[in-house]
Amino acid sequence: MRLTRRYRFSASHRLYADSLTETENRAIFGKCANPFGHGHDYTLEVSVRGPLDENTGRVVDLDLLDGLVRRTILDPMEHSNLNVDIGEFQGELVPTTENLAIVVRDRIADGWTPVFEASAFPHVALDKIRIEETKRNIFEVSGL
Amino acid sequence: MQITRKVEFSASHLCYHPDLSEEQNRAIYGPASNKNGHGHNYILEVTLDGAPDPVTGMIVDLKEVKDVLNREVVDIMDHRFLNYEVPPFDKVIPTVENLAIDIWKRLDGHFQGAARLKNVRVFETEDLFVDYSGQ
Repeated sequence: MRLTRRYRFSASHRLYADSLTETENRAIFGKCANPFGHGHDYTLEVSVRGPLDENTGRVVDLDLLDGLVRRTILDPMEHSNLNVDIGEFQGELVPTTENLAIVVRDRIADGWTPVFEASAFPHVALDKIRIEETKRNIFEVSGL
Repeated sequence: MQITRKVEFSASHLCYHPDLSEEQNRAIYGPASNKNGHGHNYILEVTLDGAPDPVTGMIVDLKEVKDVLNREVVDIMDHRFLNYEVPPFDKVIPTVENLAIDIWKRLDGHFQGAARLKNVRVFETEDLFVDYSGQ
């Protein structure tokens, strides 16, 4: 069984690769390469899969899931400038929403085991990350 | 090819395990453990799998799907208190997980022809939903 929880955060970013020329950046990233960046209201869906605990009728402890996502994603990224405030994007990695989905997946996956192995749901696993950058641009990456 | 039909129903429920303490129930189910109950506008998305009929160009008659969903789910659950009025939730805790499993069981067997039941998705709120496909 799979359960999905939806979260929201707002952040700014600029898509620009230092290794490319101004013209190339403009050609690839268009308006997203504007020097001062721009922002989105991101919608993040975190899907987990696992067996149903017959006793409680649940597949995951939602408080633990919410806490993990809050700590690793929402607290650092809410109202942040992804290029400046988020370590993974301070170097060469461009904060496209493809890369953002991978960063989000990796952060949640890294924190997973300590949170859930001692919980009532030791077999619950991260299934999928889905991010809506806008209503029209949607990105998905599988869990590890 | 898959086709999905969406219906809504509103119902009240509470999630409370009789063998556990008040504190344990609060820890597991949060505010849903309030013994007086509360309600949701549930959204049910039922996905069927099949190939379009070469003559009609349709996988399934959606009117029939709508009738089955209304008869087997909406008519039974809409504007009801699940714990008190809709078995098995007098015994089974009506979490959204258990609700998806129950709806799967109610629908399984009604789509054995060209279109087969593929997935049941139940939204308890806009921000929480479950997918169940028979396992």
